[in-house]
Amino acid sequence: MTPTVVLPVIIGGLYAAGVYLLLDRSLTRVLLGVLLLGNATNLLLLSSGGPNGRAPILGYAEPEEMTDPMPQALILTAIVITFGISAFLLAIIYRSWRLVRQEVVGVDEEDRRVARRSRRTDADEIDPDELAPEDRPAGHADSLQSDAQVEALLAQRLPGVPSDDVDLPLGDGGNR
Amino acid sequence: MISVLTPLPVLLPLLGAAAALLVGGRHPGVQRALSILVLTAVLTVSVVLLVIADSDGAASVSVGGWPVPLGIVLVVDRLSALMLVVAATVALGVLVFAVGQGSADGDEETPLSIFHPTFLVLIAGVANAFLAGDLFNLYVGFEILLTASYVLLTLGGSAPRIRAGITYIVVSLLSSLLFLAAIALVYAATGTVNMAQLAVRLQELPDGTQLLLQSMLLIAFAIKAAVFPLSAWLPDSYPTAPAPVTAVFAGLLTKVGVYAIIRTQTLLFPGGAFDDVLLWAALATMLIGILGAVAQTDIRRILSFTLVSHIGYMVFGIALASTAGLAGAIFYVVHHIAIQTTLFLVAGLVERQGGSTSVDRLGGLAAASPLLAVLYFVPAMNLAGIPPFSGFIGKVGLLEAGVDDGGWLPVAVVVGGAVTSLLTLVAISRVWNRAFWRPPAQSPARETAEAAAADAGPELQPAAVAADAPGAADTDDAAGGSTAGGGRQAARRAAWQRHTAVATDSAPATGDRAGGRSRERPLHPLPRVMVGATAAMVVVTVGLTVVAGPLYGVAERAAEDLRDRTPYITAVFGSEEPQ
Repeated sequence: MTPTVVLPVIIGGLYAAGVYLLLDRSLTRVLLGVLLLGNATNLLLLSSGGPNGRAPILGYAEPEEMTDPMPQALILTAIVITFGISAFLLAIIYRSWRLVRQEVVGVDEEDRRVARRSRRTDADEIDPDELAPEDRPAGHADSLQSDAQVEALLAQRLPGVPSDDVDLPLGDGGNR
Repeated sequence: MISVLTPLPVLLPLLGAAAALLVGGRHPGVQRALSILVLTAVLTVSVVLLVIADSDGAASVSVGGWPVPLGIVLVVDRLSALMLVVAATVALGVLVFAVGQGSADGDEETPLSIFHPTFLVLIAGVANAFLAGDLFNLYVGFEILLTASYVLLTLGGSAPRIRAGITYIVVSLLSSLLFLAAIALVYAATGTVNMAQLAVRLQELPDGTQLLLQSMLLIAFAIKAAVFPLSAWLPDSYPTAPAPVTAVFAGLLTKVGVYAIIRTQTLLFPGGAFDDVLLWAALATMLIGILGAVAQTDIRRILSFTLVSHIGYMVFGIALASTAGLAGAIFYVVHHIAIQTTLFLVAGLVERQGGSTSVDRLGGLAAASPLLAVLYFVPAMNLAGIPPFSGFIGKVGLLEAGVDDGGWLPVAVVVGGAVTSLLTLVAISRVWNRAFWRPPAQSPARETAEAAAADAGPELQPAAVAADAPGAADTDDAAGGSTAGGGRQAARRAAWQRHTAVATDSAPATGDRAGGRSRERPLHPLPRVMVGATAAMVVVTVGLTVVAGPLYGVAERAAEDLRDRTPYITAVFGSEEPQ
């Protein structure tokens, strides 16, 4: 029995394609990548059993000419596991699509927030508009949404000084 | 006796899970009682196994009666029995905590009918991994616990949990595939997956092949154990899960990876080819992990980063490959499982009490709940390694072993370990100072709310009222607006207050989107069962200090067995040497 080159080539190709797909941000591609990697690994297990032979059934073949049955048992287990987890992953991806209408690897917002916070060395470099609302300095233009608010702030700071503003529409107060 | 007891830690939770699923949500009381009963039984069996293993040495059971190298073998030695005991203890504590949380919340957030069976399956997987006598069974154990953990992590299916879950699942899948590929190569090279037989056969392989197999196994296990540079997934995915889930994950799952590394390094590849690499990894894990913890402001993220950081101590002990180093690592694993679980449970209580886990939002918890403060303080000091506690004993053991080794690299890691310990103290005392001792008025979130309330006058204490009922706000404020002078200005102020009210209302929503865990809950007394479970875990962690002497003795004997290797091999093959 000569060793075959087909199996290693297929395994290598599957691994390469699987890793490439896994690097994508789209979750469906990640899932496909995982499936390819799983199949490649199963083929690797299969090839670890050595050369082909006859079915390992007592009375059907002599022990010397049997295929090693052990890797096949391992592969069956591995296939079941990969199948179950792929189904779960697919369900999760579908759930992600239902929730946020996108199926890409998400961003850890808290992580980004911490990174932004630690990078903030010089006050001049900050664009307050990019900060989360709770991080903005008090009195920043964005925290005051209307003229009425500015007026109210002034009235608070300078009590007793009448406002020069004549008729502010108070209706919904800039609650656009 | 031992052949009956050994499979039980795997069998009991699996059967219990099936029964709990059958009982389902119709009889939640029965389900809870069943789960607690099963885990109590597992704990009892584990303790008996530990006593037997410590007095009689390692023993093995061939499941299904197949002859030894062919069938599935379960092996109990001192290390696996000790791990089983700690795992069962921690799981029981977390389960009681979860039961308390479930009955307090009416089970809206965590559907109980799924939680209990999945939790039991998780424990079965952990037990299977600890008992596995062959590599493939170890793989199956990992898969059982990982699959259960996927379900637990994405429980409820909210957007942040799905996001975190996807990262976790893909990374875990990748490490599992790597492990499986390593098993394939090991089988191709040696023709067996039985670990006792591998211990002999792997030594006969060429050095290069050994190196390849060892590196593949180590990388696969290092991902699961969250060793730097393969640790980035952990702080990303753990903090979003429900408190009991994070607690049991933090305690157990990474330690299963550490256990697998210990087995690989001692039983399969005792040559120590990767010891230097592991020392570097230990140093980097400690320092980078703890620097991450210092930068965070969310309690659960701080704890997740300290978890990564302290994995470095265990890797350090393993990398030393001396009896003292291994004993220190084993003791530290036991200590860390208990302590990290407890701290995550406390974080769950903090979230309940304070409505957030961000130290920027919390404040005044020491006054609000002195008991909670004690429950945080004791394990936190233990984690940092303050003298009387077990954390100190474990760290001293490891650092001594490092100094005894004598090389410059171990000494560098010892220095790194001391620095890490100090930085841990910095990270956790920041939580202590801010969340527990800062007056509640100083926390920014409350500041805005209170400012709005104060401006609105006494009639308008809850600022949200102003937003909901603008008409009422105007009249109320006009009544109390004499200080502002003039009705027009009063009306203006009322208009402004509506905005502030809207602004403060939107603040928690933003936090929720960012972290997904600043749900504002009405403040009510903490449920007794949850506090009781946490307190019991704190008592266990303090108890580790009390029994530190005997425990360290067991750890040392386990380390001697590991270094010797023959107890494990003879336990599997009887008296005869494998061919």
